[in-house]
Amino acid sequence: MIPELGHFALIIAFAVSIVQSIVPLIGAEKNNATLISIARPAALTQLLFVGLAYAALTHAFIVLDFSVLYVSQHSNLVQPLMYRISGVWGSHEGSLLLWSLILSLWTIAVAVYSKNLPEILMARVLAVMAMISTGFLAFMLFTSNPFERIFPTPLDGNELNPLLQDPGLAIHPPMLYMGYVGFSVAFAFAVAALLGGKLDATWARWSRPWTTIAWSFLTIGIALGSWWAYNELGWGGWWFWDPVENASFMPWLVGTALIHSLASTEKRGVFKSWTVLLAILAFSLSLLGTFIVRSGVLVSVHAFATDPARGVFILAFLVVVVGGSLALYAWRSATVVSYGRFQWFSRESALLLNNIIFLTAAAAVFVGTMYPLVVDAFGLGKISVGRPYFDTMFSLVAIPLLLLLGVGPAVRWKGDDWSRVAKVMVLFFIVSLVLGLLLPFLVEEKLNLSTGLGLAGALWVALTTLKDLFSRLLRNLKLPLSYVGMVLAHLGVAIFVVGVTVVTSYGEEKDLRMVPGSSYNISGYEFRFQGVRKVNGPNYVADEAVIEVWHDNEKSGELLPQKRVYSGKGNPMTDASIDKTLFRDLYAALGEELGSGAWSMRVYYKPMIRWIWLGSLFMTFGGVLAVSDRRYRQSIKQKVNEKFSVTSRA
Amino acid sequence: MNKLLLIFFLFGVLTLSLKSVAAPIETFKFDSPETEKVFHKLSEELRCLVCQNQNIAESNADLAKDLRLEIYTMLTQGKSEDEIVDFMVERYGDYVLYRPPFKPMTWLLWFGPVIIFVLGLGFVVRFMKSQSSDEPPASLSNEEIERIKNLHAEQDGK
Amino acid sequence: MGNNQPSVLRRFMPLIVFVALVILLAIGLTLNPRLVPSPLIGKPAPEFELPLLLKEGSFSNKDLMGQVTLVNVWASWCFACRQEHETVKFLSRNGVRIIGLNYKDEPDDAKNWLARLGNPYQDIAADYDGRIAIDWGVYGAPETFLIDQQGIIRHKVIGPLSDKDNYDALLLAMKSINPALNKSLEK
Repeated sequence: MIPELGHFALIIAFAVSIVQSIVPLIGAEKNNATLISIARPAALTQLLFVGLAYAALTHAFIVLDFSVLYVSQHSNLVQPLMYRISGVWGSHEGSLLLWSLILSLWTIAVAVYSKNLPEILMARVLAVMAMISTGFLAFMLFTSNPFERIFPTPLDGNELNPLLQDPGLAIHPPMLYMGYVGFSVAFAFAVAALLGGKLDATWARWSRPWTTIAWSFLTIGIALGSWWAYNELGWGGWWFWDPVENASFMPWLVGTALIHSLASTEKRGVFKSWTVLLAILAFSLSLLGTFIVRSGVLVSVHAFATDPARGVFILAFLVVVVGGSLALYAWRSATVVSYGRFQWFSRESALLLNNIIFLTAAAAVFVGTMYPLVVDAFGLGKISVGRPYFDTMFSLVAIPLLLLLGVGPAVRWKGDDWSRVAKVMVLFFIVSLVLGLLLPFLVEEKLNLSTGLGLAGALWVALTTLKDLFSRLLRNLKLPLSYVGMVLAHLGVAIFVVGVTVVTSYGEEKDLRMVPGSSYNISGYEFRFQGVRKVNGPNYVADEAVIEVWHDNEKSGELLPQKRVYSGKGNPMTDASIDKTLFRDLYAALGEELGSGAWSMRVYYKPMIRWIWLGSLFMTFGGVLAVSDRRYRQSIKQKVNEKFSVTSRA
Repeated sequence: MNKLLLIFFLFGVLTLSLKSVAAPIETFKFDSPETEKVFHKLSEELRCLVCQNQNIAESNADLAKDLRLEIYTMLTQGKSEDEIVDFMVERYGDYVLYRPPFKPMTWLLWFGPVIIFVLGLGFVVRFMKSQSSDEPPASLSNEEIERIKNLHAEQDGK
Repeated sequence: MGNNQPSVLRRFMPLIVFVALVILLAIGLTLNPRLVPSPLIGKPAPEFELPLLLKEGSFSNKDLMGQVTLVNVWASWCFACRQEHETVKFLSRNGVRIIGLNYKDEPDDAKNWLARLGNPYQDIAADYDGRIAIDWGVYGAPETFLIDQQGIIRHKVIGPLSDKDNYDALLLAMKSINPALNKSLEK
C-alpha cells in the first residue's frame, strides 16, 4: 500500500511541478500578481509530495518490503539499518528520487529566503527550478519508477553492493547532489535574468550565496568520494579520472570560476554575460554528469546499470534545458551588458584570467573524457584516455593557476600599480622557489623539479595569502567573514597541493608474501606480520591479519586488514587497515592465503596524504564562512527594491 | 538495442568472475627496485579490456592477471618498457593504453587544452584593447551621483 | 561583455558547441564502448603450437593455411558459448572448417561440454593458460576469427555468432574472400 502511495505522491508532485513551471512564468510576463503568487505554495506542495514519496521508499527499505523491485535489488535480510537507509540512493531509480527531493528542498529554500527579491524575479526563478523538477519527475514516472513491484515477492533480496556499505560512501551522494542540484539555483537566476532582460550587481548579490553553498557541498562531496576510494578500494589511490569522477569535477571547476565571476559582477558590475554563461554551464555540466552515469555511453566503474533508452530521455532533457537556456543566452545576452572599465593590471583582469584558467581546466577534463567517444563516432577505432593524460594536463594548468592565486587577491579593483606590489611579490616568489626546490633536494640529494615546483607553488600561495591577512590585521582593518572565507579556501588550495605533491613523489608501496613472524621495512617503519585470525561482523565473516608497526624500535601501532566475505553474494572484499596521522598514512591490505601459513599482502607508506582532504575541508569551510557574511543577511533597502519594481523590462 | 544489451550481458559474465572486490596482490620477485617500479608503472598505464574502466594493476579479472604475469615475464626476460607497450598494442590496439599515443588522430587531444588556453588569452587581450578604445560613458548628474553614493554605502568596500 | 554588444559569434558559440555535443552523444548511444576492434585484421595469424584437446599431437598456425577457416574461442565456463553453439554447428555442417581454441579451461570440463552439446570442430587446440589467446588479442569468450587460405586474419567476431549482426558481418567477410560462398549459409 505504502509504495503505491509513494508512487501516487510522485504523480501529484509531477502535476504540481508542471503548474509551477508555467503559471508563475506567465504571471511574470503579464505582471499578474495572482499568477505569480502561485509559485511559493506550489514549491511547498511539491516538497510535501516528493518528501512523502521519499519517505515511502525509505519505509519500504527499512521494513525490507521485497515486493518492491528496487528494494529487493539493493537490500537483504541481514543488511544493517544504516545501509538500508542509504540503500535508498544506492542505485539509479532511488538516486533520482533523492535528486528530486534535494531539488525541492533547494526550491523551498529559495522560496523562503526570497522575501527581498522582486516578485517577478522570484516567480521566474521558481518556475525554472520547477521545469527541472518536472523533467526529473517525468524521468522517474516514465522510465525509472522506484516503486515498481515484483511478483512473486522474493523471500530475500540482493544485498547492497558491499562497496557501498561504508559510512563515507553512504553520505557521498547526498553531498554531491546538494552541490549539483544547488547549481540549479544559479542557473535559474541566470535564466530568469535573461528572461527579464535585466542583470545587475544586485542580481549577483542574490545569486552569490546560493552558488557558494552549492559549491561548498560539491567540494565536500567530491572530497568524500576520493577519501572513500582511498580507504576502501585497497589500491591506495585517491583519484582515478574515471568519466563519472570527471563528471563531478567539471561542474566544480566551472563553479569555482562562477563564484569568482559573481564576486566581480557584484562588486564592479563587470563580467555579466560571463557570469550568466558560467551559471548555465555549471548546471549543464551537472546534468551532463547525470547523462554519463546512466546512459552507458562511456565506460565507468561508477556507472549505474546502464540503459541506452534512459540515455535517450536524459539527452532529450538536456536538449530542452541546456539547449533552451543557451538559445536564450544567444538571443538575450545582448541585454546583459557590463559597463565597468578596468585597467590591464587590476583585480578584474586577474579574475578574468581566472575564468579563462578554470575554463581551460574544465575543457581539458571534458576533451579527455569525450575524446574516445569522438574517435569512435568518426569510425576511427577505439582509444583510451586515462590518468596519464589528465595528470599531465593538470600539472600544466596548475602553473598559471597558482601563480595567479598569489598575485590576484593583492591587486586592487579597477586598476593598480605593479610597482606597489612588485617588491613583496618578487621576494615571496624567490623565497618560495628556493625553499620549494631546496626541500626535496635535502631529502633526495638531487634536484627533483616536479616535486620542487609543486612545493614552491604551494608555498607561494600560502605566503602571499598569509601576508595579506597579516597586513590587514596589523592595520587593524575589519575582517569580514567573506574575506576570512577566501583566505581559508586559498590556503586550502596550498595545503591540497602539498598533499598531492608529497604523496605522489614519496609514496611507496610493496606487494609481499609474508609468513607469521616475518617483517618488512618501508621508510623507517617496520611492518611485522603476526598472523591471521577469524572475526565475525554483522553480515560478514572475515580473515583478519595482525600487523604490528614498529618505528624507532618502538611499537607505534597495529594494522588489522581484513578479507571479508559478505553473506549476500559471497564475493570477498578487502577492508584495508590504515594507521593515520596528519603527516603520514601506513596502509595494509590483505591478499590471499598462499599455503603453509603464508599470505600475500600489500603495504603502503603514504606521506602527507591527509593534506589532500584537509585542503578540501579548508576550501569547503571557506565557502561556508563566506556565505555567513553579514552582508547577505542584511535586507536590501526599500530604495533598491523600488528600482526593480514590476515595470522593469528591458 | 538488443544487441547492445546482449553484449553487455555476455561480457558481464566475464567480469562476474571477479574473485574479489579489492586490489589484487601479486607476489612477484623482481631483480631490482627499478624493475619493480617499471612493473607498477606499466600495470597502471595499461587498461583491462574486460573491466569497467580499470587498469590491470587494480583489476581482479582473469585477463588482467594473465597480462600482469605476461608483463612480469617479459621484464625478467629483459624487455624494455617500450617493447612491452608495443607488444600490448600489437595485440589489443591503442585502446589498451591509458596514456593515449601521440599521433595525428590524437593531436587535438594533446594540444586541445593548450589551444583553448591560448584562445582564451587572446580573447582577454582583445577585450582589454577594445575597452581602452571605448568612449567613456556620459557623465552623471549630481542627483545620480548621490543615489549611487547611497547605494554603495550598503556594500562593504574592499 | 564589454561596452560593445557581444558579437553574434560570441553569443551563439556556446549553443553551437552544445549542438555538436548532442549529436556526438546521440551517436554515442548507438555505439558500444566496450567493443574493442582487433589490430590483427589483415595480419598473419600469430605463430603458435598447442596440444590437441581430444587426441595426441599438436596444432600449429601452419595447419590453418590452405583453406578458409574459422578459429572459434570457447570454454565450458562460458555461458554465451553455449548460446552460439548451434550456430557453430550449423556452419560446420554446411562445410565451413572450424578449429576450436579451448580457452583457459579444464580438459575434462571441456570434453564433457562437447559430449553434451556436440563437437563441430575439425580440431581443437587447448590453450589452458590463455597465453596464446593473448597473442590473438582475445579478451573474452566467445570470439571467432576468420582466416583465409594464406593464413591471414580477415575478420574478428566479438560475442556470440548466434547474434544476427555478428553473423551477417561474418558472412560478408567470408563472401569477400570467396564470392561463390555456399548459399546454404545464409540464415
